[in-house]
Amino acid sequence: MINPKPATYEPAPLIEPGHTFGSITDKIGGVVLTTKQPLSWIIVVSIGFMIMGMLGMAVTWLLLKGTGIWGVNIPVGWGFAIINFVWWIGIGHAGTLISAILLLLKQGWRTSINRFAEGMTIFAVMCAGLFPLIHTGRPWLAAYWLFPYPNSMSIWPQFRSPLIWDVFAVSTYFTVSLLFWYVGLIPDLATLRDKAKLKPVKVAYGMLALGWRGSARHWQRYEHIYLLLAGLSTPLVLSVHTVVSFDFSIGIIPGWHATIFPPYFVAGAIYAGFAMVLTLAIPLRKVYGMEDFITMRHLENMGKVTLLTGMIVGYGYISEAFFGWYSANKYEGFMILNRMFGPYWYMYWTLIFCNIITPQALWFRKVRTTPMGLFAVAMIVNVGMWLERFVIVVTSLHRDFLPSSWGMYYGTVWDWMTFIGTIGMFVTFFFLFVRFLPMISIFEMRTMAPAAKMKESEGH
Amino acid sequence: MDSSAIRSRLAGAEGRLFWRSLGELSDTPQFREYLHREFPEQASQWNNPKGRREFLKLMSASLALAGVGACVKQPEERIVPYVRQPEEMVPGRPLFFATAIPFGGVAAPVLVESHEGHPTKVEGNPQHPAALGGSDIFAQASILTLYDPDRLQSIRFRSEVRGWGDFFSAMKGQLGAQRPRQGAGLRFLTERLTSASAAEQIATIKQAYPQAKWHVWDPTAKAAGAPSATYDFTKADVVVTLDADFLTGGPAAIRYTRDFAGRRRAAADAEAAEAAEHVMNRLYAIESTPTLTGAKADHRLPLRASEIAAAAQALSGGNGSGTFSNSAAQAFIAAAAKDLQAHRGRSLVVAGDYQPAAVHAIARQMNEALGNVGVTVTYGPSVDINAGDHAASLRELTQAMHSGQVDLLVILGGNPVFTAPADLHFDVALTKVALSVSLSMFPDETAFVTHWNVPEAHPLESWGDARAFDGTVTVMQPLIAPLYDGKTLQEVLAVFIDAQTGKNAHDLVKEFWTRAYAGTVPGWTFTDPTGQPFKSADSFWRHVLHDGWITGTAAAENGGRRAEGGNVATSDAVASTSAQAPAIAPGPSSALPPPSSSGLEIIFRPDPMIWDGRFANNGWLQELPKPFTKITWDPTAWMSANLAKEKGLIDGDLVELRYRGNTAKLPVAVVPGHPEQSVTVFYGYGRQVTGRVGSSADATAREFDVYKLRTSDALHFGTGLEIAKVGRYLLARTQEHHLMEDRHPVRIATVEEYRKDPEVIARFGERPPRTLTMIPDWDYSQHYKWGLSIDLTSCTGCNTCTIACQSENNIPVVGKEQVDNGREMHWIRVDHYYEGTPEDANSIKTHHQPVPCMQCEKAPCELVCPVGATTHSAEGLNDMVYNRCVGTRYCSNNCPYKVRRFNFLLFQDWETPSLEPLRNPDVTVRSRGVMEKCTYCVQRINLARIDAKREDREIRDGEIVPACASACPADAIVFGNLNDPNARVSKLAARERTYGLLEELNTRPRTTYMAELRNPNPELS
Amino acid sequence: MSQVFHRSTNIWSKVSIVLGLAFVTFLAWIVVSLSWSGYVTGQSVTVDQPVQFSHAHHVGSMGIDCRYCHTTVEESPFANIPPTKTCMNCHSQIWTSAPILEPVRASFRDNTPLRWTRVHDLPDFVYFNHSIHVAKGVGCVTCHGRVDRMPLMLQENSLQMSWCLNCHRNPDQYIRPRDQVFSMTYERPANDPDFGKRLVTEYKIADVKQLTSCSTCHR
Repeated sequence: MINPKPATYEPAPLIEPGHTFGSITDKIGGVVLTTKQPLSWIIVVSIGFMIMGMLGMAVTWLLLKGTGIWGVNIPVGWGFAIINFVWWIGIGHAGTLISAILLLLKQGWRTSINRFAEGMTIFAVMCAGLFPLIHTGRPWLAAYWLFPYPNSMSIWPQFRSPLIWDVFAVSTYFTVSLLFWYVGLIPDLATLRDKAKLKPVKVAYGMLALGWRGSARHWQRYEHIYLLLAGLSTPLVLSVHTVVSFDFSIGIIPGWHATIFPPYFVAGAIYAGFAMVLTLAIPLRKVYGMEDFITMRHLENMGKVTLLTGMIVGYGYISEAFFGWYSANKYEGFMILNRMFGPYWYMYWTLIFCNIITPQALWFRKVRTTPMGLFAVAMIVNVGMWLERFVIVVTSLHRDFLPSSWGMYYGTVWDWMTFIGTIGMFVTFFFLFVRFLPMISIFEMRTMAPAAKMKESEGH
Repeated sequence: MDSSAIRSRLAGAEGRLFWRSLGELSDTPQFREYLHREFPEQASQWNNPKGRREFLKLMSASLALAGVGACVKQPEERIVPYVRQPEEMVPGRPLFFATAIPFGGVAAPVLVESHEGHPTKVEGNPQHPAALGGSDIFAQASILTLYDPDRLQSIRFRSEVRGWGDFFSAMKGQLGAQRPRQGAGLRFLTERLTSASAAEQIATIKQAYPQAKWHVWDPTAKAAGAPSATYDFTKADVVVTLDADFLTGGPAAIRYTRDFAGRRRAAADAEAAEAAEHVMNRLYAIESTPTLTGAKADHRLPLRASEIAAAAQALSGGNGSGTFSNSAAQAFIAAAAKDLQAHRGRSLVVAGDYQPAAVHAIARQMNEALGNVGVTVTYGPSVDINAGDHAASLRELTQAMHSGQVDLLVILGGNPVFTAPADLHFDVALTKVALSVSLSMFPDETAFVTHWNVPEAHPLESWGDARAFDGTVTVMQPLIAPLYDGKTLQEVLAVFIDAQTGKNAHDLVKEFWTRAYAGTVPGWTFTDPTGQPFKSADSFWRHVLHDGWITGTAAAENGGRRAEGGNVATSDAVASTSAQAPAIAPGPSSALPPPSSSGLEIIFRPDPMIWDGRFANNGWLQELPKPFTKITWDPTAWMSANLAKEKGLIDGDLVELRYRGNTAKLPVAVVPGHPEQSVTVFYGYGRQVTGRVGSSADATAREFDVYKLRTSDALHFGTGLEIAKVGRYLLARTQEHHLMEDRHPVRIATVEEYRKDPEVIARFGERPPRTLTMIPDWDYSQHYKWGLSIDLTSCTGCNTCTIACQSENNIPVVGKEQVDNGREMHWIRVDHYYEGTPEDANSIKTHHQPVPCMQCEKAPCELVCPVGATTHSAEGLNDMVYNRCVGTRYCSNNCPYKVRRFNFLLFQDWETPSLEPLRNPDVTVRSRGVMEKCTYCVQRINLARIDAKREDREIRDGEIVPACASACPADAIVFGNLNDPNARVSKLAARERTYGLLEELNTRPRTTYMAELRNPNPELS
Repeated sequence: MSQVFHRSTNIWSKVSIVLGLAFVTFLAWIVVSLSWSGYVTGQSVTVDQPVQFSHAHHVGSMGIDCRYCHTTVEESPFANIPPTKTCMNCHSQIWTSAPILEPVRASFRDNTPLRWTRVHDLPDFVYFNHSIHVAKGVGCVTCHGRVDRMPLMLQENSLQMSWCLNCHRNPDQYIRPRDQVFSMTYERPANDPDFGKRLVTEYKIADVKQLTSCSTCHR
């Protein structure tokens, strides 16, 4: 994952010198236990909450009126809903990747970012999970007919459909990620319980801490379960987006029906995920003065991963174009030309700019080590990844086999309200998390502290 | 929505504005408000005038939906049995009755399906010589008009509700005043009529009131003095049309299509041995406005309407060929003329209804010269009892009205206030009439300004009679009692006849025909199909009602047409021309119009769907895509690509049309193949007063009324049109892209090529090996294996299948906005493609292709549905289970043919009670959020299967006929069991010209197409 | 540091896990059993009718054949509820003044139909056809139960899809000889395993694939 470091320069440390166990605990725990929050937090949360209200409005109207309030039509039966679903799920990948895979790979630098990356995952998957349900014509039935259970109709779901696989893939992923996150939180919750001044706060964190006393036995079991979950969620990181990609590659529509989808989607997901982690990490460390814990080293490494995955995604685009020509299939060929020069050409080329051209900037150490530069790149990539899903879903459908059924698709105001609404929901949840839970793993940071180098060597 | 409230509001407006002219009226705020309220599409989603009710409705709807399938208690239902059950009635099984739907006075013979006493579906009458089982869009759609909640619901005098008795005594009062004056102030205005009983009634009236006059006006009536002809396309090897569209627009087209297409199919499928006697007919179309007939033609020559006469002369060998600068036309006419000469007695020249009498005269002379008369064409008096010069008749009437000579004007049907030529100012003249009466089915523009409004009974509510285009007497019987105490034309006429006082339509019709049977009406002799005389008047009448028509009354076979003595009733003006109708009428109208000199040419045509405007409130027809453009809900001005470029116009530009000092507006549609320097406008739109569907949506749409441009001296075309762009207008089309992009959805070859090498069709695409699939094979050997064959050689693209399907399968109307969003619900659509360069009108070749569900054996839709709502049936259908569908739309995405339709919103009208009896009880009424698609009319399959199984037999070939197939006038759609080698469909499927749409995808469609074969003249190609 | 929780909390937390699971299971059980219950399906629920018509009396004691009233059961999807005329055939002669029959006489007198409440009410998207079932040897009793013992009509079976499928998936276990279809008392031969199978072949009953195709009942 990480480039062999060139002899020329010494990378920034994972934690700025001069920190003790105490200082770490106070710095991180302080954010949670203090009563007053920076103004920026209040502003962001209240805006996020208002946007979330917009989501509520959009969904209510949707349930009352029907899917027709959106822009979807025949031939383009899927629109924003599925685009957003795939986009959010993609974002949800970085968390587990960082926590699980980097953990197994013994990447120490994961420590200070895994906690909120996991948080991000949970909330992203929550946003994603909303869409497959509300995009159906009759959500009140889809909610339970997609699950196999003995019913009075004595029939089962149709297990050949990728949508059923989705149901299981996503719900499993969500459950495991949640467990993983929570288990990781337990020692810190205990710390907070002990640090808290007020009784009710103590009780609250106490309950969540499940009576953690930090005894050797606790630690030993903790290590086991944490490793176990890490092992469990590692394949999930790959499986979820693979299954999501099946939604398309199982279809016969040119532009969907391609074998490269699974790797291409997974790479894209990690790409989007890291971009989002950067998008969140950079402002956070500034606002809460966490520069000591989330150092340049972290940012730089994430930049490198972004660059790598970006290249893989780029390869995906190129091979798609290549197949379009090499397959010598008139429908495939037309599809790729239609993407590049059809009515939605601007979508395609913007996407190329966002996802292939922009990340090239990360070759330069200067960019990788300037937060603003990284932030800019990350933002552009976030947009790019949404466009990618738009291109895949819409431009494949809107001109398929029979010219007589060709059509166009445009999102309506309700599409946009729903999409932006989920962003609001994400922001709200994320900042509430930042407020009430330690955004960085306290006890793991402790292991980073100079005083803990001993422990480190014995460690996991 | 609450139509009665609106009607009362309208009544209020009427009361106040009674004597105003319509133009003013339409600008009053009340009227605009009325129109807005009437038009649901106007209401935007959030700021909705009736938002709260909407909200509650949706609320209840969603709850109701939640009930479907979920564990929620079903609402309690009632069973209400008869008190005394009718003999023939078997609850749960439909009955069929033979009757007729008159169109332009001419009968379209139909069978009507009736469930527990309410008619639900119209089919063509398979025994009637004028239908042979086929039907057309107007007959199919008539069932919706029957249940239209916006129909005129009561007799009104100056917008106050009155009774039939009041009307009766009012009329008697008037007659009392007229009797001494011999009815000098009494005028009748009707549309075209063919009813013998009505003819006798009018004759009787004219005996009582010799000075009374009977006028006739039908805006679509053929040119004055044109001879009336009936054609036999079964015998015609070469057909040349002079701006004639014999394949659409009226009941005659049903039989003509059957004959013309039948010849094509027979030739296409003839074995090599019999190829000799099955020559494919060759059609040359010389036409102005592109028509479906022209689209079907082997050779098409687009000319301006004003050039047709010259072309006719050139064709007939006279000079005039010189008038054509372009050599293409020269060559075309020469070749056509040669071909005609080569097929003497087996050829046919057809002149268009909208061409002047002179062109008809030339056509007739040619047919006589070619020895076609009596073989492929028969000339005789019109079936109309009031044939003649409609314009002259109406002009005479309006002059009388202007000069105040008319005391009582009785308008029986039609909507002259809307349809009269602009120069006659009929609406103004009407205000000078002391007392006016209108008989109409809707509160239309005429009813709006006449004093007495009598609701007209729908044909399916009426006793009556009419002649088929070939003269066959066709009797109408009601399927249901008048829903809104409507009256028939005969009943209203009876008011003016003392002898018939108090007689209802049934008495009048039965009494007339039993007298005719008894021989007391001159000229009729009736025999049963076997040629024997009937046993009794009673058996005669029962036989007539059962069959729906009287054998041997067609003009060719029986003097009946000439003999029924209807003509006595025509008004003087009419009689003058109608008397000599058979001959080529001289007089002003027959002079050749001068070849157009300067300015654009304007061509007037009735709208292909809502006709002269009478079907404006019929949602099915409004939403039926118009030929070539596939535009719904709006009229357009057609022009060639070159003219559009010259004027800097594109599709959807709103232009102002200035012609002879009048103006109207229309959106532009560029139609490849339209003649140059010429613009076709369609009248019928811009309705001011009608139901909630037909009323023009906004101020712009109300300016679409091109009757305002039409003058009585040049009804069908003229020159001197000016157009100027004034804005843009949203057009909703069901098809945006009309090129085949070298994918060959329609496979085309000439009949020679095909006979030389049948493989030519297969070579258009590739057939992958059957093993090349991941979807497991099914064993169909133990079951029926349903298949559908669609013959593109016969198909004319008339859209009848679409509307028949809509009627059979309870398919909702979605409205203009939704069509524009690509959400139309038609289960079978008719795709339109053209070849050639739009800039060269001569190069355009048009193709049509009906596309229902393919019922793939390896269906992509089936394996992606997460809940198994679309599954494979034992007989190979892709069953669509609405109640299981959760609406992921994955199946539609994965359908390469895009034939699936989704209820994006609550498209079904669950509120209007009068629409409930319209629905087919054998088909689920879909609610919002579920996918739907063509089922091959599985309800008909199941019924047949159950009947067969009850009798322990196999289903016979042809026992099951899906709605599209039974409606198709061209007999292009054939359904059957592919496992039965003797089934017609299997034989067709075995033909070399049979191919599967997108068969390279290996979906193994059960719906297969038979390639389109054409028969071009080698000299021209 | 001071204890936040009392010792007993350990026990409670452990117990709460068990209780929580139990509670969830209980809720699930409630929902499921409700959806199968007579409250939802209408099974064995008597509804009140305009006339207290007793099948027990007419079929059981008088022994009137089903088809005397349900005339179209052999030819139509709908078995037909008899017109008032049918009642009056007898009741113009007997019980002419019985107060219980007043609604019937009233209906006949002023020509207003009786409004019965549906007992066997399938959803509108299900297309059941009596004639074919009767023709293929499905006895009235098989679905409607011993109506000859029902003083007031009630729905014997759940009429849920699973119930329909029981028979559509293995008809041989339910059908009977055609001549026994309208018999209330018929018993299938106990000691003849392939009795049903023979009838299936004899009556040419469609195979399961056909009987369980969706469009067989839903359209």
